[in-house]
Amino acid sequence: MGMTMTEKILAAHAGCEKVEPGQLIRAKTDFLLANDITGPQAIPEFEKIGRPVFDPDKIALIPDHFVPNKDIKSAEQAKALREFARKHKITHYVEAGRMGIEHVLLPEMGWVRPGEVIIGADSHTCTYGAIGAFATGVGGTDLGAAMATGDTWFKVPSSIKVVLTGALPEWVCGKDVILSLIGKIGVDGARYQALEFTGPGVANLSMTDRFTISNMAIEAGAKNGIFPVDEKTVEYLKARTNHPYTVYTADADAVYEREIHIDLGKLSPVVALPHLPENVKPVAELPEIKIDQVVIGSCTNGRIDDLEQAAKIIAGRKIHPDVRAIIIPGTQEVYMEAMKQGYIAQFIAAGAIVSTPTCGPCLGGYMGILAAGERCVSTTNRNFRGRMGHVDSEVYLAGPAVAAASAILGRIAEPKEVLA
Amino acid sequence: MKFTGKVWRYGDNIDTDVIIPARYLNTSNPQELALHCMEDIDKSFVTGVKAGDIMVADNNFGCGSSREHAPVAIKASGITCVIAATFARIFYRNAINIGLPLLEVGDDVKKIKAGDVLSVDLESGEIVNTTSGETIKATPLPGFIQDIAKAGGLINYVKGSAQ
Ligand code: SF4
Repeated sequence: MGMTMTEKILAAHAGCEKVEPGQLIRAKTDFLLANDITGPQAIPEFEKIGRPVFDPDKIALIPDHFVPNKDIKSAEQAKALREFARKHKITHYVEAGRMGIEHVLLPEMGWVRPGEVIIGADSHTCTYGAIGAFATGVGGTDLGAAMATGDTWFKVPSSIKVVLTGALPEWVCGKDVILSLIGKIGVDGARYQALEFTGPGVANLSMTDRFTISNMAIEAGAKNGIFPVDEKTVEYLKARTNHPYTVYTADADAVYEREIHIDLGKLSPVVALPHLPENVKPVAELPEIKIDQVVIGSCTNGRIDDLEQAAKIIAGRKIHPDVRAIIIPGTQEVYMEAMKQGYIAQFIAAGAIVSTPTCGPCLGGYMGILAAGERCVSTTNRNFRGRMGHVDSEVYLAGPAVAAASAILGRIAEPKEVLA
Repeated sequence: MKFTGKVWRYGDNIDTDVIIPARYLNTSNPQELALHCMEDIDKSFVTGVKAGDIMVADNNFGCGSSREHAPVAIKASGITCVIAATFARIFYRNAINIGLPLLEVGDDVKKIKAGDVLSVDLESGEIVNTTSGETIKATPLPGFIQDIAKAGGLINYVKGSAQ
């Protein structure tokens, strides 16, 4: 009996020949992550153990949620993170102005690599599955302990094989793939399990699409969402790291809990209606839904390809008079590139707001909080009640092209309605 | 460990944004977090909850973000134990790690109603509903996790294993 990709990576890090679903293991961790919300919680736990950090080069501390700080309390949190980073000489600490949203930043900097075990005190740590790593979110206590020991415990998940075929039609993106999958299996459809993406369709997905897909594995309840390493992955990494890495491939006789087939060519632009990411509907089937705000950004869709999609729709047009469009590049590098390409000027000329990288509105932190009754189309990953502000506000999740088209028309719209 | 307490009953997919909204995440202080626990779906919780009470929910309790503030807020509000049909995985590990006991009971959760009084034995996984007279058996915690629970959470467990 063979092993899945996830099982192989976990076995290698647990020092076992073989692991099986359900088995409890202690595994070595290659990289750890915390942010300005979870770091301050992990630090006191770490300090209770009374040991030095296991390796100051293998920890990233990223102030991105409430930074630039929104209030005194969040400034205190960022300060705690900064002082800890200085005291323990943490290599991968980045200050506002050089920072980015953690899950866009880490792969971009080449700090995370295929075959690694990565845990982060942030649920969207699963994003790095896109480059063939085992990456999963944990809590602050887990992270505090791992900072001291360089390992953690896992229950080996069983895997769901998601077989992708075909290629995405124009204006359909990774967000539509993952939302369609979540719509099919539900927000707990992959609970405690690994999603392993495979099939000939993978080669047709850009790295940006893969990051978006792995990012939202958690929205199906999954522990991780992993892609095979192919030419595109290698190409992506080449520009960012020369650190050696191991490529793991699933065995032909690996055992999967179930198989799901998705023909990428048959997908269309979709949105997830409030208040769960599983309430997925094709945009074409929606009645007229007027909106007050659009957010384009986040760890799900804050990469340069996402901004390019938005720019293609927004350039030369005007944001609808009733809409506030907030565009947030995921990192400073994305911001610079968007500027070089002329997107930023196009957004501003259209009447959009462009912000420095921050999680901000994604988690209802600041920079775009919704009032009662307001509706927002957002490229973020969660539309739970109250996620972006008042409990009576509504968040509709979509890809950047649908979000941009909606910003122009003032209602949820397909890109082709704007371009027609 | 045995607990007896009154039931606060919730439904499916209770997410961490509902347990503790992100607008309050600018603090890690358990008592401050507890002041806002569940307020977006149940305003009566914070004012009505008594030390020793038990929270009961249907499927996928604690889905969403990895914020440990969620189990911390529940624990600090006085809840001794959470019982659900199923739990979301990060919430599950966070709760274990901070020492908030959880019991998974599957469909039997339907036998528990708001306001019932339960008597819970964590070791055996036995839940007696003293209001209805019914007994429910929960899946006991796996051995390795029981060790963490016995040590009083992950940090003590790690400290112990270093000696
Ligand atoms: S952008 Fe949103 S989902 Fe991503 S890390 Fe920030 S708060 Fe979390």
